[in-house]
Amino acid sequence: MIAYVIRRLGQAVIVMFIVSVVVFGILHLLPGGLVRAQLGPRATPLAVHDLTVQEGLNKPLVVQYGIWAWHALQGNLGFSYKLNQSVASLLGEYLPRDLLLVGVSLLFAIAIAVPLGIWQGYRRNRPDDNALSTIMLIFYSAPSFLLAVCLIVVFNIWTNLLPSTATNFGANVGTDVRVLALPVMALCLGNVSYFSRYVRSATIDNLLSDHVRTAIAKGAAPRRMLARHVLRNSLSSTVTLVGLTLPYVLSGSLVIEALFNFPGMGLLFWNAAQDRDFPVLLGVVLVVTVATVVGNLLADLGYAALDPRVRLR
Amino acid sequence: MIAQAAALPGEEISRPSSIWKQSLATFIENRLALAGAIVLVLLILFSFVGPLLYHTNQTATNLINENLAPSGSHLLGTTPEGRDELGRLMVGGQSTIEVGLGVGVLATLFGMVYGSVAGYLGGVVDAVMMRIVDALLSIPYLFFVVLLAALVQVNLLVLILVLSAVSWLSTARLVRGETLSLRTRDFVSASTGFGSRMRHVIARHITPNLLGVVVVNGTLKVADAILAFAAVAYLGLGPAPPATNWGELISAGINNLFDGYWWQLWPAGVLIVAIVIAVNVIGDGLSDVVEVRLQKR
Repeated sequence: MIAYVIRRLGQAVIVMFIVSVVVFGILHLLPGGLVRAQLGPRATPLAVHDLTVQEGLNKPLVVQYGIWAWHALQGNLGFSYKLNQSVASLLGEYLPRDLLLVGVSLLFAIAIAVPLGIWQGYRRNRPDDNALSTIMLIFYSAPSFLLAVCLIVVFNIWTNLLPSTATNFGANVGTDVRVLALPVMALCLGNVSYFSRYVRSATIDNLLSDHVRTAIAKGAAPRRMLARHVLRNSLSSTVTLVGLTLPYVLSGSLVIEALFNFPGMGLLFWNAAQDRDFPVLLGVVLVVTVATVVGNLLADLGYAALDPRVRLR
Repeated sequence: MIAQAAALPGEEISRPSSIWKQSLATFIENRLALAGAIVLVLLILFSFVGPLLYHTNQTATNLINENLAPSGSHLLGTTPEGRDELGRLMVGGQSTIEVGLGVGVLATLFGMVYGSVAGYLGGVVDAVMMRIVDALLSIPYLFFVVLLAALVQVNLLVLILVLSAVSWLSTARLVRGETLSLRTRDFVSASTGFGSRMRHVIARHITPNLLGVVVVNGTLKVADAILAFAAVAYLGLGPAPPATNWGELISAGINNLFDGYWWQLWPAGVLIVAIVIAVNVIGDGLSDVVEVRLQKR
């Protein structure tokens, strides 16, 4: 197990190194460079020169990368000249809200998708499975913002049960639950359709496997068979699945946060994209990528802990 | 062998039908996939032939006509800029379909070359090439696309390139895995033994055997690309007007959601869901075809 952990950690470090090179490369592909982006097209040559020297942009690229990476490792991701705040402090403000939104919606998605997928696998190709599969196909094929609008129409315009924006999130805990409800649901719908498709086919494979056949032969009732033999296997593979889908989940939160005006990293990123605020853009990309790599790592280690076959390979 | 080839008495020898005929038959057996193919053809006709039959002015804005409800002169009402919504949907369909197919083809081709080279060479080259894929895959794709779209002036071609830049990764991974297993097969080592170069082996022996899996994967990529394009357009980073696409039209409809201008939102929404479902079920149908072929092999 220890050898597996070390090998897996090594891979994660290499991946992070490549990502940092890519992000740094993009920073320097900027038309006109960072200085022009900061000072604008009308800056005098003298001002451009001064800032170039001040930011160390006249040094060799490798040295610049070293300085930038060293700063990034220390948590210094640069300064947002549009919001006049350090990127690190912006992230410290926005990131926890994202953990809440994405975390809660993921938990709900798993709690719904796993039983649903197992049920569909158990009842495969019967009318109820077909009906559910069709609904899931529609959720799967709809843009997330369209699903979110459907939710707004039902829960806000028709019934006025829930607020349609999350602008005032963080005002107080009581209203936050209501404010979070629609964004969480919107993120959840897409993920449920994705996870349940996977759990359904995993369940079908499981039901055909030897250990389940033995359990049935020994007289296990369907409920016991599903709960003790199929559910456990499906859960452990769902762990990896969640790790693998983290990039998609985070991408989904970008759109949903923009739609609901939820003050998370997605919204921060979107606003920065419109302002061409590159330090913020790159800082967010770096942080969401770290989150993905760490999530993947945890998922793999969790899977290895649950399934001994993985760590022996 | 000889006994098999000779027909038993009373049994007819039927010529084996061509692989294309068999594949078509398997595809048509999947009713859903057939329906998907028909819907896709109809949507293509709607977008590309529609404007020839239904003439509208899609360049000039007309503020007197803004937000009109559906009527005889504007079958699906008008947009916030006073353009005809139905005509707008046709124009928007063109770019949506072009981006979907463009990304599907480009990403598949690039991913196939990259993955087969990595898988064929193996060793250190493979390790380096695949770590790059791992790294790029762990950047949440929409963040990457938005970052690239903020860097450059976006037009349709640039957007196809940007979306392809994130889309080829999973194809490369898939193709590399398949190549690894194909490389050890007898017919490949035979060819290498005769002195074939890498380009020849990949082009003549590896690629034809990969084609089925890759086509299915590419089809699903078209669906993903259409959704990603819609998301980018929704975020306001699509091509500038008068160009349009279904994602942007939905976005305009959402802005006017509380005014009750349903014709600006739901038709575009239905069209995009329809095309993505159609492409997805076509992908399922094609994967049936590939599986049947693999079983027969």
